[in-house]
Amino acid sequence: MQISGAQMVIEALIAEGVDTVFGYPGGAIMNVYDEIYKQDGFQHILTRHEQAAVHAAEGYSKASGKVGVAMITSGPGFTNAVTGLADAYMDSIPLVVISGQVPMSLIGTDAFQEIDAVGISRSCTKHNYLVTDAKDLPRVLKEAFYIASSGRPGPVHVDIPKDVTAQIEEFNYDIELDLETYKPNVKGNPRQIKKAMEAIASAKRPLFYLGGGVINSNAAYDVRELVNKTQIPAVETFMARGTLSHDDKYLVGMLGMHGSYASNMAMSETDLIIALGARFDDRVTGKLSEFAKNAGVIHVDIDPASISKLVNADFPIVGDVKNVVNEMLAQADSIDGSRYESWRETIENFDALHPLTFHEDSERIKPQWVIQRVGELLGDDANISTDVGQHQMWTAQFYPFSRPRQFASSGGLGTMGFGFPAAMGVKSAAPEKVSVNFTGDGSILMNVQELMTAVEKKLPVINIILNNNFLGMVRQWQTLFYDKRHSETDLSMQPDFVKLAEAFGGVGYRVSTKEEFDAALKDAVEKNVVAFIDVVVERFENVLPMVPAGGSLFNMMLLEKKEDK
Amino acid sequence: MTTDNARRVISVIVVNEASVLSRITDLFSGRGYNISSLTVAPIPDTKYSRITIATLGSVKTMEQITKQLHKLIPVLRVYEHEDMVEKEMALVKFDITENLSDINTICEAYNGKIVNAGETTVIAMVADEPKRIDNFLNSMKRYNPKEIVRSGAVALER
Repeated sequence: MQISGAQMVIEALIAEGVDTVFGYPGGAIMNVYDEIYKQDGFQHILTRHEQAAVHAAEGYSKASGKVGVAMITSGPGFTNAVTGLADAYMDSIPLVVISGQVPMSLIGTDAFQEIDAVGISRSCTKHNYLVTDAKDLPRVLKEAFYIASSGRPGPVHVDIPKDVTAQIEEFNYDIELDLETYKPNVKGNPRQIKKAMEAIASAKRPLFYLGGGVINSNAAYDVRELVNKTQIPAVETFMARGTLSHDDKYLVGMLGMHGSYASNMAMSETDLIIALGARFDDRVTGKLSEFAKNAGVIHVDIDPASISKLVNADFPIVGDVKNVVNEMLAQADSIDGSRYESWRETIENFDALHPLTFHEDSERIKPQWVIQRVGELLGDDANISTDVGQHQMWTAQFYPFSRPRQFASSGGLGTMGFGFPAAMGVKSAAPEKVSVNFTGDGSILMNVQELMTAVEKKLPVINIILNNNFLGMVRQWQTLFYDKRHSETDLSMQPDFVKLAEAFGGVGYRVSTKEEFDAALKDAVEKNVVAFIDVVVERFENVLPMVPAGGSLFNMMLLEKKEDK
Repeated sequence: MTTDNARRVISVIVVNEASVLSRITDLFSGRGYNISSLTVAPIPDTKYSRITIATLGSVKTMEQITKQLHKLIPVLRVYEHEDMVEKEMALVKFDITENLSDINTICEAYNGKIVNAGETTVIAMVADEPKRIDNFLNSMKRYNPKEIVRSGAVALER
C-alpha cells in the first residue's frame, strides 16, 4: 500500500506491538503527530519536557521488559532528550527514540530548529539513523526495534526529516532483516560453561555477583533456581536489586560503594567470582588493584567488550545470561552445596558483625525508616523508582525488593530528575501496582513539571520527598572529604511542596512524624492520586557503609555502634 | 608486539554507508584512544570499505579497541595486523632549481620517482613502509621541500 512516511511510523509502531508512546510534538515531527491524532492503535502520553518523555519510556521498559518508545521534534526537542538517551545507554535499556528533523533541503543550512541530531546521539546510543528516503523507513524501523532489544540492549535513535514523513511510498513491513554485520552471540560456549562449572565445583568460597544484565535478559528466576540449587551465596549490584527476593537465604545483599559490610567482605574473601551480567563498575569494585585479589573470575556477559575490560576473566563466557544460566542449571547436579557451609557461616558472621542498619532518632524521622516503612506497608504491591542521591542509595539498601523489574533507577549515568517521569512510565506499564518514587528535595525539582502529565493522564505516582534541605549526597561528600565546607548544597530555600502539588491538581502532604507519614501514605494509596509526600527528615544523616571513591572494598566507613556514640 | 604503547595497525571492514567513518573516529576520541593515521576507501566490487588505522596502545588497550569497534553495528570485521605488508605514500614538492637527478635517485630507493614537473616546481612521490618514509623525508630536508603531504598507512596481512 502507498502511504506517507508519517503513516509508516504509525504502522510500524503498531506492528511492533507498541501500546504506549511518550512524546512532545513540534514543527519537524508534526506530520507524524497528525497521524497519531487519527489512529487508535496505541496511546500517546504528552509529557511536559522531552527529557521526561525518554525517562518515562525507560521506566515503561524497565517495568514491562518491552522496548520503550519516545517521540520528539528537532533541535531543542532533540537536545532535551539527549540526557534520557545517555541514561538508557548507560543502563542498557531498550528504547526507540524517533525525532523529527528539518526537511532534507534545509539540512546543513542552520535552519530553524536544526541540529545535527545523529551527530550528537552517536556517542550515547547503541545505533542511530538519519532516514533520507521514506523507502528506507520500514527497514530502518524494523532494524531499530531489533537492535534495541537484542544483544546488549540499548537506545536506538531514528531521525526523520519532515519531507521524508510527507513522502508517499509503498509500505511493506513484512521484511526479513539482513544485518550481516550484527549477530550477537547469545548461546555461550558449551566448553567454557563446562569448565566454569568444574571451577565452581572445586571452589571453596564461590560467590555469585549478579548485575543488571540478569534482569535485562529476564533471567532472574533462572538465577534464583541456580543459586538455590548450588547453595552459593550471592551479592547483587544496585542494578540487579530484586533478582533474588530480599528474604532469599542465599542473598548476602548489595555490594559496592554503599553495599553492606557482609557483601563487600564476601567479595573480598571469595576465591571464585561468578559474575552474571555485571560489568565490574568502579562503584562496585572500589580500588581495582585491591579488588577480590585471590579470586578466579567466571564472567558471563552478552557484551564481549565488558569481559576482561577491568578485571581479567579466567572463564570468559559471551552469551545471553538466561541461556548460559540454563546451561549451568543443567549441569548443576555436579555441585554439592553442602561444601560451602563454612563459607556461608563466614558471611553470616560478617553480617552479624556489621549488619545493615541505622540509628533511630526520637526527634526526627530517619530517611531509612521511611523506606523500610513503605516496604512494610506496600512491599510487593509497589513498584519503586528513585531519583539520584542519598535517597536512591537508601532505597537500594533498605527497600525489601521481592521481584525483578520492581525497581527503576538511574544507575550508570546517575540522572537527577529520572525518578518521577520513570515512575509514570512504570505506572503505565503496570497499572495494577502502586508506583512510588523516592526522591530528594533537590532531585524532584529537576522534572517537577511532570506533575501536569501525571495528573492529566491519571498516572497516580506517589512521590516521597525525603526532604533534608540539602543536596544530600554532595553534602555528605563535603562533610567527609571537604572539611564540612557545604558549598552550594544548602537547599533551605524551598517551594511549598504541598501547594506545588495542589497547583497542578495533585495532592500534597507535609509530614514530620511517623504517624503523619503512615496516614499520608495510606491516604494517597486509597485516593489513588498523584501525590507529593514531603517528609521532614534528619538533615545530616549519611549513607553508610561507604567505600570512599578509589578506596578498597574491604575498607569501609561503617555506622558507629550505638554504644560508641 | 608486547610492549606498552607500541605502534599497532588494525583493519576495520565496514558497511560502506553514510557516517560510518564518524562512528569509528568518534569511538576513538570518545574513549580517549589515539589515531596516528587513518586511511579509508571502498573495497572494489563489494558494499564494504576498508579502514586502516595506525594507533598506539598496550595489548589490553588494543583488545578494548577491537571489541568496542566490533560493537558498532556497521562493522563487519576488525583485525590487528601482525605479519603484514604496510605502505604509506608521500608527495613532496620541490623548487625546479633543486638537484633533481639526486632527488630522483633517492626517490627510486624508496619505490618512487618524480611524477610531475611544472614551470617552477616538481613533485616527487614515494610509497614505502612508514619508517622508511620517515627516513626519506629526513633525507629530503637538504633539498628544501616546499610542501609535504603524507598518507595514512594501508596494510595487508601476508
